[in-house]
Amino acid sequence: MKKELIQLQHISKSFGGNQVLDDLNLSIHENSFVTLLGPSGCGKTTILRIIGGFEHPDEGKVIFDGQDITGMAPNKRQLNTVFQKYALFTHMDVAENIAFGLKIKNKPSSYIKDKIKYALKLVNLEGFEHRMPNSLSGGQQQRVAIARAIVNEPKVLLLDEPLGALDLKLRQDMQYELIRLKNELGITFVYVTHDQEEALTMSDHIVVMNQGYIQQEGSPEKIYNEPENAFVADFIGDSNIIHATMVRDKLVNILGTNFECVDTGFGENNPVDVVIRPEDIELVPRGKGTLPAVVTGVIFKGVHYEMDVEAGGYEWLVHSTRLNEVGSEVDISVDPFNIQVMNKPESEDEEALSVEDA
Amino acid sequence: MFSNRKTSVIMSSPYLAWALIFIIVPIGMIFYYGLTDTTGAFTFKNIAAIAQPEHAKALWLAVELAVISTLICFLLAYPLGMILARNKMSSEGILTTLIILPMWMNFLLRTLSWVTLLENRGVLNSILGALHLPQLHIINTPAAIVVGMVYDFLPFMILPIYNSLAKIDDEVINAAQDLGANKFQTLWRVILPLSAPGIISGVTMVFIPSLTTFAISSMLGGSKILLIGNVIEQEFTLTYDWHLGSGLSLILMIFIVINMVVSMLSDQKED
Repeated sequence: MKKELIQLQHISKSFGGNQVLDDLNLSIHENSFVTLLGPSGCGKTTILRIIGGFEHPDEGKVIFDGQDITGMAPNKRQLNTVFQKYALFTHMDVAENIAFGLKIKNKPSSYIKDKIKYALKLVNLEGFEHRMPNSLSGGQQQRVAIARAIVNEPKVLLLDEPLGALDLKLRQDMQYELIRLKNELGITFVYVTHDQEEALTMSDHIVVMNQGYIQQEGSPEKIYNEPENAFVADFIGDSNIIHATMVRDKLVNILGTNFECVDTGFGENNPVDVVIRPEDIELVPRGKGTLPAVVTGVIFKGVHYEMDVEAGGYEWLVHSTRLNEVGSEVDISVDPFNIQVMNKPESEDEEALSVEDA
Repeated sequence: MFSNRKTSVIMSSPYLAWALIFIIVPIGMIFYYGLTDTTGAFTFKNIAAIAQPEHAKALWLAVELAVISTLICFLLAYPLGMILARNKMSSEGILTTLIILPMWMNFLLRTLSWVTLLENRGVLNSILGALHLPQLHIINTPAAIVVGMVYDFLPFMILPIYNSLAKIDDEVINAAQDLGANKFQTLWRVILPLSAPGIISGVTMVFIPSLTTFAISSMLGGSKILLIGNVIEQEFTLTYDWHLGSGLSLILMIFIVINMVVSMLSDQKED
């Protein structure tokens, strides 16, 4: 297990009576790429700003490398931030922007010069030293913002939705660049986004948040394949979330039909939620599957067909590269391994926390 | 709406006529008077008259007091602008009340009220007397003129500085601190340069009226202290030497043109 570099202990924060974070605990390990993922207003940016020192928690402690930095000013912290809207200094050219932190620390000019060159090379902006920020595209400005942060050799780089303003193609390119940067620099990245695909692509560790609470944390595979509650399942990718009854271990009754599954420990005849990913549902000829179904709608999405399928009184979402025309009578078949059983929220309160406001 | 050229010419013609009659023609007349003598012959005499000791002294004093007033206005306006811009507390309302409201009163009246405040038996000295503190003799000194200038022109410094400070994104200031800058370094390296356009227009809008004023100096400076504005005024209203008055005005115009060129150059740098 890697060392815990940042620990948030019992953090609470409210803005004008609006509780944003409530007794939140989070550990961030050294050299990991951690993503805080959630819908807007879930508190993810507030966590980042508390780590950066731009907000102070009402209660709780921020521990950095074993030291309590809860009250420390941002300029004393050994971490740097890449801001959502880049926040470049528009009165300085690219080189001066990058040199800012180093000049503050009174580094020798030859050192600064080398660092600027190194950083521009790292973000693929060689030759841009004397351009003004306003003459650069959004993607280029973002690279400058990253270069400006990393020349200070922070232990942690905080990134607040840095790709939010870029178009899709550029965003995907930048995702790979950020992964490459992270590996080259060997430092910890704490990344905030509401884009689940971005989170799955880049992170070692994802923290899914909603309404100020951590819903689930773990590796991208774990979050995607084994969501712990309906919110996580719904937020990460498309999914069919269906009320069901756990008949006994490894057998679940979905919409009146028994399905084999691999989950155990949910008791007998207990109400549960099941998650089945649309790409895990197979449509097979009538009589060969588990649950009879009728295709009610088809949309071509490029990589696959997205089909609406009516079965057992529920509208199922199915992704498949094989087309079944509207009106086809088929059966639904699901590999037991692909049925994810989750506990139902125990109280209404918990339900409110775990289901996204539609 | 007024896409075609003909319409736009028609629509702007009242302003063009106004500009011609009240701006171009008067400036032309000042040039004419300034560069001719009473017989109408061309001469540089009126402009060279600035070298006469009493004129040079008046110009120098005007420049000196204008620089001091502009500096004081800046030192007062900048912190206020920062407070208003950073707190974002319905600052528009506060600005209107505190800064613009006094401007609703007549400029001469406002200046005159300073006479009552500052004169030897005025309000200020009555208060000092009641507190058994030494009396101040400010009226009819350059200090009184500076007080008047600062009071009258301060809003013209605050507004552009406030506007340029309010435009600075909070995140830019956070970024400076994130990169290790303390409060002073953030102010010096980021906030001050980013608000330069506001500072330059504020300085222009205070310096030029301070340099050319004659009303403030004649009310608060008594008749003893002559600024270049008073000299020019007297040439027109007392000695009726329009040629000399115009010639000295042209000299003053040089300062104004220099100031405008400086602010235009800095605007270009912004782009």
